[in-house]
Amino acid sequence: MNPGTEAQTEGLPESLAELVEDFQAVPATDRLQLLLEFSRQLPELPERYGEHPEALEQVVECQSPLFLTVEWENQTETGTDDTPVRLFFSAPPEAPTTRGFASILHEGLDGLSAAQIRDLPADLTERFALTELVSPLRMRGMSAMLERIRRQVGQLRRA
Amino acid sequence: MSVDVDTTDAKFAQYAHPERLVSTSWVAEHGADPGVVVIESDEDVLLYETGHLPGAVKVDWHTDLNLPDVRDYLDGQQFSELMSRKGISREDTIVVYGDKSNWWAAYALWVFTLFGHEDVRLMDGGRDKWVAEGRELTTAVTPRPASEYPVVERDDSRIRAYQPEVLDALGSVPLIDVRSEPEYTGQRTHMAEYPQEGVLRGGHIPTAASVPWARAAAEDSTFKARPDLEAIYLDEVGLDPSDPVIAYCRIGERSAHTWFVLEHLLGFDSVRNYDGSWTEWGNSVRVPIVSGSERGAAPENRR
Repeated sequence: MNPGTEAQTEGLPESLAELVEDFQAVPATDRLQLLLEFSRQLPELPERYGEHPEALEQVVECQSPLFLTVEWENQTETGTDDTPVRLFFSAPPEAPTTRGFASILHEGLDGLSAAQIRDLPADLTERFALTELVSPLRMRGMSAMLERIRRQVGQLRRA
Repeated sequence: MSVDVDTTDAKFAQYAHPERLVSTSWVAEHGADPGVVVIESDEDVLLYETGHLPGAVKVDWHTDLNLPDVRDYLDGQQFSELMSRKGISREDTIVVYGDKSNWWAAYALWVFTLFGHEDVRLMDGGRDKWVAEGRELTTAVTPRPASEYPVVERDDSRIRAYQPEVLDALGSVPLIDVRSEPEYTGQRTHMAEYPQEGVLRGGHIPTAASVPWARAAAEDSTFKARPDLEAIYLDEVGLDPSDPVIAYCRIGERSAHTWFVLEHLLGFDSVRNYDGSWTEWGNSVRVPIVSGSERGAAPENRR
């Protein structure tokens, strides 16, 4: 582990701490390649959303079209702070950076409880050491995704 | 110019400077010729990595051309180092292409022009047209040996405008705002609850005419033919090719596309890109703005 990595993973759920470590561990030259691999792993939308793209919210801060939505695990109507949340994203293949951001958030956040997502640090997206590689302006797209995920999770119906 | 001009497209011959454009088929045939360097420049920093033209070199507007600590472009020494690293010589013919109808490619071409790189062309239609035609893409990066590129001082005077110059130009030099209509009228600043671009005022620079950049592009991402461009910029807006003109957008990237159209396709004498654009103007203290669809008048003391 690099010196300083501990501070970067502090307070993160295990799934996210591992991701942050992965990104911190690779040299800068390989980090973009890692982001590209993530962009290829973004799961397809389930069919029920594929037919209803309007059910997803557009993240307009992203330079390319990115849509996302959240729901309680097993599509239950209501949940509590301890109920796991599922995340869904859609972005075109010609927007690999946006897909990569979405894929990281999917890998790290999907299945966390509503309370865990609520309590994530505000600077989470800065911890992947991507800012200087892709520029601060582009990183704003990723933090906007996180903001909207948190807001949507906050608005899910409670039991 | 050492490398031949693309004369295969009758549309190019109508433009003021046909030597500034090449077709996708020309690149397929000549992209690997000695003295030709093909550059991809995209909005998306990873698009090149997903597959690019064989032999193409990547130049990214954020990480290669802009400085991180000053809102400015590379200086002569840094540009020389960039070009050497990319294996590009001063005499090379550079062909730039990119995503989004060549926005970013035009922006890169404009920056190369600040350094006076003589022979730099755009591939008409950009990446989208190349892909639509089913032409070859590769993820393999062809290494180019480092080159010797001279240190050339950047010359902003001819094609770049700073804010004080734009203020001085109000009422005398026509301005073209190439953003979308809601940005021009000031209707779009940010959505409820979400800070968007961090611009404090919406609207446009007084006197600026609205000509969204994409009006110069055809469906297939190529440039429209000269008569169609003249109908927009000369007949409709009333520009005169012998008068100076300044174009701007949000950060100067879309207006680089319009700069290319006016400078190279229509042959205007003096076209400047105000790259500070709305992210500077709309945040500046005590500069006038106009909201709504009217161009608005220059402030009294500027007339």
